[in-house]
Amino acid sequence: MLRDITLGQYYQTDSIIHRLDPRVKLVTTICFIITLFMVKGFAGFIIGALFLALIIKLSKVPFKFMIRGMKAIIFLLLFAVVFNLFLTPGTPAVAWGKISITWEGIRLSATLAVRLVMLIMGSSIMTLTTTPNNLTDGLEKLMKPLRIFKVPVHEVAMMMSIALRFIPILLEETDKIMKAQIARGADFESGNLIKKAKSLVPLLVPLFISAFRRANDLAMAMEARCYRGGDNRTKMKPLVYKTHDRISYLFVIIYMVVSIFADRLLL
Amino acid sequence: MNIIKTENLTFEYIRRDEEGNVEGIVKAVDEVTLSVKAGEFIAILGHNGSGKSTFAKHINAILYPTEGSIFVDGKDTADDEHLWDIRQIAGMVFQNPDNQIIGQVVEEDVGFGPENMGIPTKEIWERVEESLRAVGMYEHRKKSPNRLSGGQKQRVSIAGVLAMHPKCIVLDEPTAMLDPSGRKEVIRAIRALNDVEKITIILITHYMEEIIHADRVFVMEQGKIAMSGTPREIFSRVDELKALRLDVPQVTLLAHELKKNGIPGIPPAVLTVDELAAIIAMSS
Repeated sequence: MLRDITLGQYYQTDSIIHRLDPRVKLVTTICFIITLFMVKGFAGFIIGALFLALIIKLSKVPFKFMIRGMKAIIFLLLFAVVFNLFLTPGTPAVAWGKISITWEGIRLSATLAVRLVMLIMGSSIMTLTTTPNNLTDGLEKLMKPLRIFKVPVHEVAMMMSIALRFIPILLEETDKIMKAQIARGADFESGNLIKKAKSLVPLLVPLFISAFRRANDLAMAMEARCYRGGDNRTKMKPLVYKTHDRISYLFVIIYMVVSIFADRLLL
Repeated sequence: MNIIKTENLTFEYIRRDEEGNVEGIVKAVDEVTLSVKAGEFIAILGHNGSGKSTFAKHINAILYPTEGSIFVDGKDTADDEHLWDIRQIAGMVFQNPDNQIIGQVVEEDVGFGPENMGIPTKEIWERVEESLRAVGMYEHRKKSPNRLSGGQKQRVSIAGVLAMHPKCIVLDEPTAMLDPSGRKEVIRAIRALNDVEKITIILITHYMEEIIHADRVFVMEQGKIAMSGTPREIFSRVDELKALRLDVPQVTLLAHELKKNGIPGIPPAVLTVDELAAIIAMSS
């Protein structure tokens, strides 16, 4: 069923990572990525890998879900590794005529591969343990200081959460329109790429019209319920840091400091 | 105390053809004067294009009168100062349940109105619980609205309005997109609000069966109020209703035809099957 579609890749279970404040998870992910690109040697990467392994273990998300996220970047990874391997100048390790693999190349591509893999795993653990809704809330709260620069933080967050709410509805509608067009002899399957793209027009036009109509209705319904932007608005589920959130922040800081120092000292 | 009072309320809009040229001015609502007492259950009836929805949108200050005026709880809707008060006093439920649910979880949607009003978090939760219980949707509070039936979604919408503690709820064809069982669910919830919570209900509909429980009925035609009275008074004028292209309930029609054909003892209007059955049993 289309309405059962899960957005993002949220994995439902109950763990300490799931219960963390979304802001903690966002900040941790950013810190983790920054640290990954700051460290250069083995020590830093090993500490990073341990940190990641600990979080994965705590999150109770099966490891195969992490691997699933990797499939999307496998080609990017291969390209980057191959190019770095063959095109980095330096002392050659192996050489076939003009083509050679250098020691620097091996080192560079290995670091790159490790960084990319850990980056993807780190960010997928965040999306796997946080509902899109929660993530939006966290982003809104984190970005709030940007309001002094006239960034419409609340509005953007509201748009994101409405978009999330309407994706299943619009998918269902697409399905309905598609079936109606097929019933009248439309062909979405055969033909080359251009023909296929053209056959989408009778699908997209009614979909857009209906989306605009819905938007109009929704805006009216929101106004009728006293919606007037983010000012003076209270929250039903406000984000409040609890003890475990504070401990997590402390833990992340320790991780960052340790890995950067270890990297500098043990290189 | 009149919760709603209109004086010669008129709403005009300019109709344009496809090139944008003015074709003419349409009076969607034409000099409507009426008043509704607090706690009443009012039904507004009319076929498509009779102006009933346009009229309803004036009560919530979504539309403003071109001429005349409308007072909600003594406040003039044309006065911008009262806008948010009016929207809180007179809640509105629309036709399409999918297009008025904002939250991704039932309880979050019900909390949307109170959030906008700046109610403290703790009280929002109390209001959400109480509203969901009032429409019998409390067990579903953690569900995604996409997983509910049409009737359930519409009850969530009603709870969303109820959480704002309105004095009056305007329902603009809330059952038009529902199946018969969903329709019954919603009407039952609306009646309970009127009976138990004493909230003024303004139900806009074109289903005749839904107006039976109303205290008063207004029938609209071309922007004007064509008929008004209790449901029984309205249903006794079957021929007039037919002239307005409205269908009367089958049982009312049957009673009407029996009476016309000279069967003795049939009163001018019969609203339910049981009523007619009792009358026939009595007279035979």
